Amino acid sequence: MKARFLISRFDLQLDTTPRLQEYSVDVPKGSTVLECLNIIKWTQDGTLTFRMSCRSAICGSCAMRLNGHAKLACKTQLSDVLIDGAVTVEPLGNFKVIKDLVVDMEPFWASLKRVKPWLKPDESVEYERERLQSIEGYKKIEDASTCILCASCYSDCNVLSVDERFLGPATLAKAQRFVYDSRDCDAEERLEYLGGANGVWDCTHCAECSTRCPTDAKPLERITELKAASMAHRIHGNNGARHVLAFRESIPGKYPGTGGGMINENYIPLRSVGIFNISGLLDLIPVGLRMFMRGKQPPMMPHYIKKFPEIRKMFSRFKEYLK
Amino acid sequence: MTHDVVIVGAGLAGLNAAIQLAGKVDVAIVTKVYPSRSHSGAAQGGVAAAVANLESDDTPELHMYDTIKGSDYLGDQDAIEIMVNEAPETVIEMERLGCVFSRDEEGRIAQRAFGGHSRKRSCYAADRTGHSLLHALFEQSMKHDANLTVYSEYFLLSLIYKEGVARGVVMMNILTGDIEVIRAKAVLFATGGYGRAFEITSNAFANTGDGIVAAYRQGIPLQDMECVQFHPTGLYGVGILVSEAARGEGGYLLNGKGERFMEKYAPSKMELAPRDIVSRSEQTEINEGRGINGENYVHIDLRHLGRETILERLPQIRQLGIDFLGIDCIEEPLPIQPTAHYSMGGIPVNHDCQVVVDQSGTPARGFFSAGECACVSVHGANRLGTNSLLEALVFGKRAGKAILKYVQSAEFEDVNENEEIANARKSLDDLLSSASTESANEIRTSLKETMMWKCGVFRDKEKLEQALETVLELSARYKNIRIADKGKVFNTELQEALELGNLLEFSEVIVRGALAREESRGAHFRTDFPKRDDEQWMKHTLAYKGPDGSLQFKYKPVIITRYQPEERKY
Ligand SMILES: Cc1cc2nc3c(=O)[nH]c(=O)nc-3n(C[C@H](O)[C@H](O)[C@H](O)COP(=O)(O)OP(=O)(O)OC[C@H]3O[C@@H](n4cnc5c(N)ncnc54)[C@H](O)[C@@H]3O)c2cc1C
Ligand code: SF4
Ligand code: SF4
Ligand code: FES
Repeated sequence: MKARFLISRFDLQLDTTPRLQEYSVDVPKGSTVLECLNIIKWTQDGTLTFRMSCRSAICGSCAMRLNGHAKLACKTQLSDVLIDGAVTVEPLGNFKVIKDLVVDMEPFWASLKRVKPWLKPDESVEYERERLQSIEGYKKIEDASTCILCASCYSDCNVLSVDERFLGPATLAKAQRFVYDSRDCDAEERLEYLGGANGVWDCTHCAECSTRCPTDAKPLERITELKAASMAHRIHGNNGARHVLAFRESIPGKYPGTGGGMINENYIPLRSVGIFNISGLLDLIPVGLRMFMRGKQPPMMPHYIKKFPEIRKMFSRFKEYLK
Repeated sequence: MTHDVVIVGAGLAGLNAAIQLAGKVDVAIVTKVYPSRSHSGAAQGGVAAAVANLESDDTPELHMYDTIKGSDYLGDQDAIEIMVNEAPETVIEMERLGCVFSRDEEGRIAQRAFGGHSRKRSCYAADRTGHSLLHALFEQSMKHDANLTVYSEYFLLSLIYKEGVARGVVMMNILTGDIEVIRAKAVLFATGGYGRAFEITSNAFANTGDGIVAAYRQGIPLQDMECVQFHPTGLYGVGILVSEAARGEGGYLLNGKGERFMEKYAPSKMELAPRDIVSRSEQTEINEGRGINGENYVHIDLRHLGRETILERLPQIRQLGIDFLGIDCIEEPLPIQPTAHYSMGGIPVNHDCQVVVDQSGTPARGFFSAGECACVSVHGANRLGTNSLLEALVFGKRAGKAILKYVQSAEFEDVNENEEIANARKSLDDLLSSASTESANEIRTSLKETMMWKCGVFRDKEKLEQALETVLELSARYKNIRIADKGKVFNTELQEALELGNLLEFSEVIVRGALAREESRGAHFRTDFPKRDDEQWMKHTLAYKGPDGSLQFKYKPVIITRYQPEERKY
């Protein structure tokens, strides 16, 4: 089968920007993209550079962007990505390129270390045997434990592309693995950190990470679990958690003038930033003013929607459930 | 640069050694791939230990006997005894460190059956046990970040070893192409397996025997290199492993006539007979025309296990079939063939993983080795499944402890760094500047085919002599290979060329060792000498590289403590 490869070429020492180079190759049916890249490297152009090792989707080396999205080259059948007989191959996004398809992975590993990704068990218990963990307990961490640290998610994350300080999907998935591990004693402290700046609440739920993830680690799902755990542990001292609370309080109307079955847009930003957070509140003023000037300020008093009693009932049932 | 200890390799063996040392001495790890990319992560099936969660009558003694019998009596029984005795605490320790294991109803580590083991003693994490163990150790290495220097993506070029003392290593920073020296009081090689010399292999691209060859080039012998294990279930054409767990869970092997052919070869153990036996049975079926449609493969059929079991216990295997062959094993059997999988031989070491240089066990000062690249010999002529993750963990840890003791009284020895760097630079420059036209790809392809079909599952004198001739001819051609990439930054073409040099070098040792060993034992099968010959060959091969490049053999006896050799029947 003939196929055309448009491959991004770059050499830190020679180039200022990457360029696309076209290769035309005859490849056997059933080839993976990695096999094709090797055919090119071994028979046409030895300078073409990429990472690989296991070629069985377990080591995480060969992630790259195929037609613009991160995939494992070794796990992708060429026929699945060919468009009009061609495929574009580029290095992972959100990373500095070193050479061709090789990127500088250091920020990825550095991010991982920020969440202290190792078990912190109760060291006081003497042991002779393994710690017990129920099958259900195992199931809670199984998905996250399948992560192969390939950085596909990191590549395509929308938040990382505007804020490199964000912990990122893989790191957060790894964090879930410990927060939910029945053997770990540090959930509270972990959640405090994860709830802070650049943590779980910075994620915009775009789901790119889970879409690109080649394993069951599926970061967005793990992030959602971390948020749930944060709320369950009553870790409320951050904008993200306060934002959630603001919704919960605003809609059913916890305080006079807040609810009515609809979101109160005056209340939510104030509550999210924190009522006693003077500098945070001051930051809101310009936005508020701009909205006011353009006549976009939300109404001061809540509207009550028709089915408000039902909504209240839902919320009180939800409260019961949370108990 | 200096470190008290330098460990080359960040798989289970290297990392487990490192965490014994971190914080106690100045320790560095050198690894050509990031630690989490080490090939240990590809191990699927499990790690053996008589923790007796599933079968309460399991004991280390039974594990010992199974291992000795599995090794076809070439394993050293004292080393095996250490391994099986330390197995339960080692696996439990991994659990305590945070490794994610599958669990039984009582919440203990789950276990299952594995070939050649008389009890169900494979502790597992679904079908990604190696991944789970490797990540647990990688996590620990991050915990020790402050006390552990990791040189990731550095390629070992050579061992500095003079007057019987290891003094450090020479390496290339893959990112910059710079050559650097690390001086150390102790060097540990944990560079893993080296199956890439074979056409069909389950091994990663990284498994090219760089460590063993670096040792061999310094006059250190290599032991039992002819013993190469072929795993019976490699995906047809690519060799990617379908874990033995597939048979452990009850999968059937079927030939072209739809028969469970293992009935003929190992009626009591059937599919769960040891790997060497199953691989030969398969190859016999294929050679006698009973492959599927007469082709070069047979089937593993999992359909009767049912969707649920497959999804729950063998999810990764199912995915591999789908990704690489487009076949869903829930609906169709998978085509498989024997695949080069595990290298029993390696750098000879004693129980403390210190390298020994002769038949009487004289240690090399400051030089240690553990994991698949070492040969303590716990696997003899054939490794049982799940015993090698165990070996890497147990002996990695022992190496760490022994090194800790060793460096207390050791000194940094003299190293002429400039000379080391200049020598390394020169050999790289020679490779790079060679104006010739030999294609590395052709040489590699030819080597792999030769090793697979002339030095593979079935061997004989004629094929082996042809193999030797080809290997020597390819080695000569190798001197003139052409490397298009002359750059310094991330030059993987140069790296692959260096790796090819290593493949060629140790392939000669394998072939000559196989030619010399005129018997059949474990994975080494000579059709012209189909019987085991305890009289002549109950001994370990030691291959030395002479100063003139020629190869010499010496032999040393197998250590037998409790179990006398008997015929191996399953
Ligand atoms: C597909 C597959 C499945 C397996 N399944 C099982 C199983 O279920 N149970 C079991 O017990 N065993 C299994 N095995 C065998 C087992 O995985 C290995 O024997 C074991 O993991 C080896 O560990 P190691 O630490 O010695 O080496 P590895 O994990 O291979 O690590 C080698 C290290 O050396 C480094 N290195 C190598 N060369 C250089 C160099 N030139 N410069 C710098 N660094 C270098 C690498 O970067 C790497 O970090 C399996 C093997 C394969 C191939
Ligand atoms: S869902 Fe969140 S973490 Fe995932 S890619 Fe989108 S913003 Fe990033
Ligand atoms: S979460 Fe998924 S995509 Fe991200 S690093 Fe892990 S395996 Fe790769
Ligand atoms: S090469 Fe290991 S994941 Fe693709």
